[in-house]
Amino acid sequence: MGGLLEVGDLSLNFGGIKALEGVSLSVAEGETLAVIGPNGSGKTSLFNCITGIYRPTSGAIAWQGESLLGSTPDAITRRGIARTFQNLRLFHNLSVLDNLMVGRHLHFAKNLANAMLRLRGEEIRHRRRCEEIVEFLNLEPVRKSRVGDCPYGVQKRVELGRALATEPKLLLLDEPVSGLTQEEKEEFGYWVHEIRGRFGITVLFVEHDLRFASRLASRMAALDHGVKIAEGTPAEVQRHPEVIKAYLGE
Amino acid sequence: MDLIESYREDLRFARRPIARVLLGLLLAALLGLPWVAPDHLVFLATLVALYSIGVMGQNILIGYTGQISFAQAAFLAIGAFAFGHLRIGGVPFPLALVGAGTVAAVVGVLVGFPSLRLKGPYLAIATLGFGVAVYQVFVNVELLSGGRTGLAIAKLKPLFGLSAMHTQYYVYLLLLALFTLVTYNLVSSYVGRALVAVRDSDIAAEVNGVNLTRYKLLAFAISSFYTGVHGALYAQVLGHIEPQIFNILESLTLFVAVVIGGIASIEGSILGALFVIAVPKLFSEYRELVPIVYGVAILIVLMFEPLGLYGGWLKTRLYFRNWPFR
Ligand SMILES: Nc1ncnc2c1ncn2[C@@H]1O[C@H](COP(=O)(O)OP(=O)(O)O)[C@@H](O)[C@H]1O
Ligand SMILES: [Mg+2]
Repeated sequence: MGGLLEVGDLSLNFGGIKALEGVSLSVAEGETLAVIGPNGSGKTSLFNCITGIYRPTSGAIAWQGESLLGSTPDAITRRGIARTFQNLRLFHNLSVLDNLMVGRHLHFAKNLANAMLRLRGEEIRHRRRCEEIVEFLNLEPVRKSRVGDCPYGVQKRVELGRALATEPKLLLLDEPVSGLTQEEKEEFGYWVHEIRGRFGITVLFVEHDLRFASRLASRMAALDHGVKIAEGTPAEVQRHPEVIKAYLGE
Repeated sequence: MDLIESYREDLRFARRPIARVLLGLLLAALLGLPWVAPDHLVFLATLVALYSIGVMGQNILIGYTGQISFAQAAFLAIGAFAFGHLRIGGVPFPLALVGAGTVAAVVGVLVGFPSLRLKGPYLAIATLGFGVAVYQVFVNVELLSGGRTGLAIAKLKPLFGLSAMHTQYYVYLLLLALFTLVTYNLVSSYVGRALVAVRDSDIAAEVNGVNLTRYKLLAFAISSFYTGVHGALYAQVLGHIEPQIFNILESLTLFVAVVIGGIASIEGSILGALFVIAVPKLFSEYRELVPIVYGVAILIVLMFEPLGLYGGWLKTRLYFRNWPFR
């Protein structure tokens, strides 16, 4: 059980709806694990439980051997888990750069007096880190633009960059390429690949597009109606009868 | 073309030369005002200066953090009476000012707690309730309010051979400059980013490591500090305070100033203060029209220029900067 993240027998109910039912999942350090499943199968709910936005009805979530249950989302992020959202949650009135700088928030010493006196040494150090991300994600032309004014493809990149800025050990991506053009999907695939390879960040991602998911993932798990129906290599999972049934039945 | 050579340069206050020239001219005009303007105008400018501080504080809460509060009249009263008691007890003016702000900030944190669970109109109603309760406390507890006679506050001693009116104006101008500078620094720092993050998406803010509890309460503390100082400075100008002065209309006035001046804008806060001082003056013959003017002005702003007076100025500036290309 040397997993970085261990989800054990997790259930989540919304009134009568069982969003998750006894889901267990282990994420090993350094892997890229894809979670697939039709709409409404509980993928986003799983992410929301891991990041402290939802409180599971029962079950356990352990991060490097310690429970995450009861921690607030910001405390979980400080422990090294970052995420993006399926329907983008950006700070629309801040610039691209400032969105990334919010991602650096947890690394600030947070000295109020320095802030009031405009002592900006720390700010400049973090700005440097953000500029590296700007360069990595080709955001140079828009770094000072208001995020709300940027096209969708750029916004997706900004959200990825903001999550990277927190310097996570584990990155959760909720449908990172939904709504993107084929070309943008290729680019995103490259970045996700690099994030694991170059930065050594473990990636757990949700994807609806099976082709994209199987190309990137080293391992795959499938959910249907809140239940884990398959787990294994991408090839195994895609051939699993339950998975085929779930996707055909959709 | 505007070339920036280092990150430090990018972060500098009033970076563009044109901004520095305009700022210099504005300061010169403000410093020279008492020498050309009659005393009643200097007095109005003094009022604008002290209101600007309160509006800035309110803007940090409403504009930057997105937390609607109608408890501001309560913080004005708390600041004013804390200041009054401290001054009467012999505490020097600057210390009494800090004391008034601090007491208001502490109470502000308490009022902020509902904001951890309530949003939008529900929070507005909760804070409104608090405002009414504080008003009742001051009206009914003579120990706090000084009873029927209220509190009398000694005038500031004239400095450097200036008249009392001019001394007060310069002191208030200095305080406004100080608060403006600190506010600029604060909103452009990690604090300002965290506050705007909470406003634009509280969930995303949390997931990026911003502690919601801390920053919401911090916003309440900072804004209440400003409002407490506003109350204290107002008490100093009036020379005599009683609870009736700080009724719920004062909360509305500050809210109107934020919306008209410009949400999340420091310059807008000052313009908003100018607006709420100027309108009652211009309509002094028809006082009952003032709330109607406010209401209409808010409707116009919300329909045509959601960023308020300052937003209008930004558009004009952009127009001239790009001229003749449009
Ligand atoms: N906040 C919520 N309140 C009520 N039901 C919810 C909530 N979030 C998710 N659900 C329900 O849980 C189920 C799983 O949703 P979700 O996790 O978003 O699926 P997916 O991301 O796989 O499309 C759905 O039936 C959805 O309606
Ligand atoms: Mg989803």
